[in-house]
Amino acid sequence: MSAVPLTLQLLNFCAALLLLLSFAMLSQRRVVNLVNLLAVQGSVLLLATLLLAARTGQHHLYLSAALTLGLKVILLPWLLHRLIRRLGVYWDAEPLLNISGTMLLGVLIVVFAFGLAQPISQLASTATRNAIGIAVAVVLLSFLMMITRRKAMSQVVGFLSMENGLFFGAMSATYGMPMVVEFGVALDVLVAVLVLGIFFFQIREQFDSLDLHHLETLREEAGQRRGT
Amino acid sequence: MRPIEIVTQLLELAAALAAAPLFVGWINQCRAWLQNRSAPSIWLPYRGIRKLFHKDAVIAGNASQLFRLAPYITFGAMVAAAGIIPSMGTRLPFTRIADAIALVGLLATARVFMSLAAMDVGTAFGTLGARREMMVGFLAEPALLMIIFVASLISATTALPAITEHLATQTLGLYPSLAFTAVAFTMVLLAENARIPIDNPATHLELTMIHEAMLLEYSARHLALMEWAAALKLFNYACIGFALFIPWGVSTGQGGPLALLASIPLLAGKLIAAGGVLALIETVSAKLRVFRAPEFLATAFLFAVLGLLVHLLLGA
Amino acid sequence: MTPAPHSPLTACLALLVLWGLIGVAGLARPTSLRYVARTLFPLSALISVALAAVAVWSLSGAPERAILVIGLPDLPVHLRLDGLSRVFLFLLGAASAGISVFAAGYFRRGHGTSAGLLCLQYHLFLASMGLVMLADDAYAFMVAWETMALSSYFLVTTQHSLPEIRRAGFLYLLIAHVGAIAILLAFGVMQGGSWQFTFDAMRAAHLPAPWAAAAFLLALFGFGAKAGLVPLHVWLPEAHPAAPSPVSALMSGVMLKTAVYGVLRITFDLLGQPVWWWGVVALAVGLFTALYGVVFAAAQSDMKRLLAYSSIENIGIIFTAFGLAIVFRGVGMPMLAALALIALLYHTLNHAFIKSLLFVGTGAVLHSTGERNLGRLGGLIHRMPWVAWLTLIGALALAGLPPLNGFVSEWLLLQAFLFAHEVPRTFVNMLLPMAAAVVVLAAALAAYVMVKFFGVIFLGQPREAALARAHDAGILQRLGLVWLAGGCIALALFPTQIIHGLRGVVKQLSGADLPAQTAPWWLLEPIPGRQASYSALGFLLAVTAVVLLTILGVRLFYHRRVRRADPWDCGFARLDARMQDTAEGFGQPIRHIFGQFFLLRRELPTPFDRAPRYRVVIGDRIWERLYEPLGGLVQRIADGFAWVQQGRIATYLLYSFVTLVALLALVL
Repeated sequence: MSAVPLTLQLLNFCAALLLLLSFAMLSQRRVVNLVNLLAVQGSVLLLATLLLAARTGQHHLYLSAALTLGLKVILLPWLLHRLIRRLGVYWDAEPLLNISGTMLLGVLIVVFAFGLAQPISQLASTATRNAIGIAVAVVLLSFLMMITRRKAMSQVVGFLSMENGLFFGAMSATYGMPMVVEFGVALDVLVAVLVLGIFFFQIREQFDSLDLHHLETLREEAGQRRGT
Repeated sequence: MRPIEIVTQLLELAAALAAAPLFVGWINQCRAWLQNRSAPSIWLPYRGIRKLFHKDAVIAGNASQLFRLAPYITFGAMVAAAGIIPSMGTRLPFTRIADAIALVGLLATARVFMSLAAMDVGTAFGTLGARREMMVGFLAEPALLMIIFVASLISATTALPAITEHLATQTLGLYPSLAFTAVAFTMVLLAENARIPIDNPATHLELTMIHEAMLLEYSARHLALMEWAAALKLFNYACIGFALFIPWGVSTGQGGPLALLASIPLLAGKLIAAGGVLALIETVSAKLRVFRAPEFLATAFLFAVLGLLVHLLLGA
Repeated sequence: MTPAPHSPLTACLALLVLWGLIGVAGLARPTSLRYVARTLFPLSALISVALAAVAVWSLSGAPERAILVIGLPDLPVHLRLDGLSRVFLFLLGAASAGISVFAAGYFRRGHGTSAGLLCLQYHLFLASMGLVMLADDAYAFMVAWETMALSSYFLVTTQHSLPEIRRAGFLYLLIAHVGAIAILLAFGVMQGGSWQFTFDAMRAAHLPAPWAAAAFLLALFGFGAKAGLVPLHVWLPEAHPAAPSPVSALMSGVMLKTAVYGVLRITFDLLGQPVWWWGVVALAVGLFTALYGVVFAAAQSDMKRLLAYSSIENIGIIFTAFGLAIVFRGVGMPMLAALALIALLYHTLNHAFIKSLLFVGTGAVLHSTGERNLGRLGGLIHRMPWVAWLTLIGALALAGLPPLNGFVSEWLLLQAFLFAHEVPRTFVNMLLPMAAAVVVLAAALAAYVMVKFFGVIFLGQPREAALARAHDAGILQRLGLVWLAGGCIALALFPTQIIHGLRGVVKQLSGADLPAQTAPWWLLEPIPGRQASYSALGFLLAVTAVVLLTILGVRLFYHRRVRRADPWDCGFARLDARMQDTAEGFGQPIRHIFGQFFLLRRELPTPFDRAPRYRVVIGDRIWERLYEPLGGLVQRIADGFAWVQQGRIATYLLYSFVTLVALLALVL
């Protein structure tokens, strides 16, 4: 291997850490730990943004980093922790697929994402284009987490992790998104979390539990229409 | 084959034989410090082995020849493995005979013979230990081979000394694939050497034993050889870890006697640090239930696979 | 052209005919054991050795052809002896030699088929397998294939009075014929419009891509049915245990390899240019088969079923190597394809010897104790030392431990996989290293299975009192065991020489050769310059030297007395032989971890049972999900046509009348 600059090595390391964190979240059952992992993911993103800003000298990345710090590392985890305390959901129920099956599926998804990203990487012009595959993998793994979880809180964490993945993808492909887009996305995410928080209270009042399979009773039954 | 290579080989073998019980003693010492109790002497494993050699052997009535041969075969396999691992120098005449895959096979041979010997006497404890040992083994071996696979992909060879030489002479850098595989390797080391969180080396409860259960029937010189072989196994695994992940300090290429001599205190330093880290990991972890062990090892396997994928994608 | 005298092809043909003659000779005095078992079978073993010798001596020779004027009027029997045929004929001869010698000592008076008839069926089986290797046109191939299937069916149902054996035989025949139909269709596709069914015509026919793919898939299905690829494997665990032990050895050791021969012949020789994605299909099927087989093997409690599932695993590994070779060939890396093919052929040879040795060993155990169930065996290493130690060689070899032969082929396969990331196809280059991980997992599980197999049968305490009367193998049985174990050791210690012999074959198949070998004769270094080398002899010598030095050292300095005592019982004085691990107990971790593969039916005792019973039946999910619905569908279709059979004679006459009228109208 020829001499690769330190910042690029650190960026690759951050990318690998992000992948690792997605797998860790996939296997985690305690919701508190999930939110902590989300915070760690946010800080890794922060580090990556700062490194990229230092390397490319693009100042809007510093602003982006500040936004990440405020929102993803501090505000959102704090909001989620508050929700957890007030709703009392500390543990997730048994996931749809067992842990080893989920991990196996995760590995297959990663291979798929890496394969998918190779032609895209060739089109991009940034130095970090190899990491696009990892970004796609993080997005797909978070989606998998949302699918296989039962409690609503874990699905919110999955949603936020997906957004982190998209952000990282944008960063590695095009050195960040235009600031307008970033602010818009950040606002969307914040509002989404607040609205979801309100929803959780309503769900809890209706079903006495945040287990989402209770929502499955809302469906058409052939017998119901005949008034049984 | 230059004379320095033969000297390196013999020196490595002698160091492994001599220092393995000391390494075990040092880990016990660190564990005691961390648990705020006074430790037995570092030299206690030596005294134990010596005491055992002086005793008469008691063998079960229905033990076969396999039972009596197994300690020698296990010990021999571990010594041969110590000859392949480049702990002090990378120019070893033994290299061409066995590469890293053969090394893993050698460790598997030792494990199979130990398990067969445990089944030989036909008590519930021996077969229990054999079954659990093979269960840990069949999950740890793929993880170990995956780790070696990643290292081979980076160095384009499967000979362990060549891998070490390549990794030692590369430009210093942060390789996430190697970081992942290092974590996987530590987990495999803990599992294969019967350390917490897989097995408690100091337990006396037969139902919780994995490695100890296989040694229950052995006594005197056979037990001494098995204990020594277990210490050698831990030493070998530590040296494999150094060879793959901390290769600097090993006498590479055309290094002469001076480089070889310089590698000895470096090896000692690495072992001291590794012992401390192992003791720390053992102290903060709790022993897992036996059926959580596959999950533990599956996580190690996952780390190794992730390291492979990251290497294929990022080239790092 | 008739075959030239003094040519290897004539010699092989003559030996096959001799086999047939011996088979017929068995009918002369069918019930005399001394005549059939003690005379004819050893004679047949000599012929096997001769066949192996002819095949090896002519290994580097040019391909030979011959046409025999028997068969259909305008379709005589074409024969061809080339490198691939020679390797497999060697396999057939060498493995069957040991098995025939063992069989000479195995057969005894019992119920079922008489010895003479058995002799006929056995030798027809051998001769037809040899003819499969020699056939150079589709007709001869299919005749030989069918003869092989039929004669082995009769061999499997030797004890035809037992209903489960009849059922096993029926299932075997059914799937064999489903496979044969697929192979026939494959040949039909491959003739490519020329309507000439000779292999030369098929080599010359250049099929368009969809037809070539169809031919490959049909061949994979057909030969996979014979080889035991999942999901067509269901006959193997039934048929192999049902057959007498020498027949099981022959089926597992040699017959499965004819399927490998067939698929190699069709893909690399007749179809010529394999496409890379065929390799991915073969690789995926092979990997799944390997994992499936070994996981099921770990859960069995019948020793022959365990070995049957283990054969499925090894066939899976062979097909994985096959898929890898196709991928390399298809993307234009012929040297690596050569390496993968060498790994494949080496593993085929290994498995033939190892599996034959293991089946022959279990045959000796069965002969001596009458028990197949692992729960009734144990401690036999004391009563049957010859069998035990020779079977240990086979078990260690199957577990893939150095310095034995199983390790060599595994090493070669892993070396081939190490290059897999260079394949220039996007997803494939990342999936192939994952495939290596699965192969390694299967190999590690095989070690687990072998510890269970050997430990439960030969080690520990006898689980039944009757085992005290077990006797060691007779001289003929020992000879067979020694021959096969010797074959394993030869394959283990001289890999360079064997690969040297295989290189010509591989060059013919893959179009490329390994680079020039620069290593000395005791070192195996397939690709020079990569520092990936292994020396079995050196390894063995080094480990033996260290072990001997240790024994010497301990003896010299520390030798003390040995005394015998009771085993450690933890203070519980009433430990007996029933408290050892059973076969189910030893397999329980695998059942727990891989529970998804199994269909477990459990009967658990309740606290209120007067006679509490624990029962676990391990079923195959594929049987439940695929075969039973399929069987039901076939039954329903058949029932749908039941209306044709009205029972009245007038109706049947009406059918004939209608057909006649229709034909007349059509023709006139």
